[in-house]
Amino acid sequence: MIPAAFEYIRAGSADDAFAQLQRLGADARVLAGGQSLIPAMRFRLARPAVLIDINAIKELSNIGIDNGRLTLGAVARDCAIERAPWIGERRWSLLHDASRVVADPVVRQMGTIVGSLCHNDPAGDWTTVALATRAEVVVRGKAGSRTVPIDEFLVDSFTTAVAEGEMATAVRFPVPGDRTAGSYQKVERKVGDFATAAAAVQVTLAEDGTIRDAGIALSAAGPCAVRVSEAEALLKGQKPTAEVIRGAAAAASKKSAPQADLRGSVAYKKNLAGVLVSRGLRQALARLGVQS
Amino acid sequence: MRVSIKVNGVAHERDVEPRTLLVYFLREHCGLTGTHVGCDTSSCGCCVVVLDGDTAVKSCTMFAAQADGREVSTVEGLAQGGALHPLQQAFWDNHGLQCGFCTPGMLMTSYALLKHKPNPSETEVREELAGNLCRCTGYNNIVKAVRQAAETLQAAPVQK
Repeated sequence: MIPAAFEYIRAGSADDAFAQLQRLGADARVLAGGQSLIPAMRFRLARPAVLIDINAIKELSNIGIDNGRLTLGAVARDCAIERAPWIGERRWSLLHDASRVVADPVVRQMGTIVGSLCHNDPAGDWTTVALATRAEVVVRGKAGSRTVPIDEFLVDSFTTAVAEGEMATAVRFPVPGDRTAGSYQKVERKVGDFATAAAAVQVTLAEDGTIRDAGIALSAAGPCAVRVSEAEALLKGQKPTAEVIRGAAAAASKKSAPQADLRGSVAYKKNLAGVLVSRGLRQALARLGVQS
Repeated sequence: MRVSIKVNGVAHERDVEPRTLLVYFLREHCGLTGTHVGCDTSSCGCCVVVLDGDTAVKSCTMFAAQADGREVSTVEGLAQGGALHPLQQAFWDNHGLQCGFCTPGMLMTSYALLKHKPNPSETEVREELAGNLCRCTGYNNIVKAVRQAAETLQAAPVQK
């Protein structure tokens, strides 16, 4: 399993990478961590004529909190989140959970968050987390850089709002307030496998203990990561009771539209989606000191 | 294309096709067959090598072109002057291998782990090795070996 032949270009800067993409159009693919693209090329599912390697571009490896946003550049590695000094803070618990179950620890040394978003696998982890946290992706195009809300960024399986000749340069996560916690619940057959089902949950409590805001998303439950807006609406403004959690879980089960495969039947995966949302909500609330 | 990759301290300059994967560069172009090809699709960890001294990567899922100008450490570089590296010695002492096929990857992942965490807990070792599969040992002796090597290295750090 050797990839089809291609031309390799190592870009020296973001400007250089973008100029190459503009020049080559549909023939070129951006190579970031390569942990999905290279296997796809080996299986000949992808046959780009040219790879533009952006790994050496320092300005794209940045991770920083600024203006209420956490920004991760296009080659910020999965492992950089696990190792970030602030990752232990409760507000980041959803990202923290997810950063420990994406692929496996060695793959996480190369894999990137932005690359995972651009790959947009139906069973991806970061796409699901990005929905629950209401992230935005910075996309550089002919007219300059634009910011695309994640709901618009994820178009369909393996398809995003990044058009021909464009490049995703960063993802931005809003910095959650003090009374925010989350949880990532993933069931996988073995470490490194795609999720059988997974749920990303993030909850913000108001002063009076009601739920001010909730982000709920599912992996492996549709053509790409799925926001369960029905569950979010159910939770908002409510006291976090067992009944409310059951309602949100039921909405998630209903919304989940998985495919049957070796990992499980449709009925099993739909049920699991609800179970994982329920577990995620309870864990997020427990992290906020609320027993439910 | 021409690449120059320092492998275990020795520069290897070769003409390769861009599609040449790092693991095949090591095995077929450099003749260093200690790095094994298991699943060939980044699932098993047999092909793990260390990049630039402290980053474990699956060399089946990286192009040699990406390693141009960088340093790669493989299992062949662990022993120094006929003396096993403390990690290798610990695998030997603890029976951390049976068939040995996964061992180069286990060693190199552990090597990078100890660079980042010189004294990992049992749980941390297990978590870090989760992307390396062994079909023989049941892992217990591998975990013991990594912990022993951590102690040895802390008591008497080696240059490598």
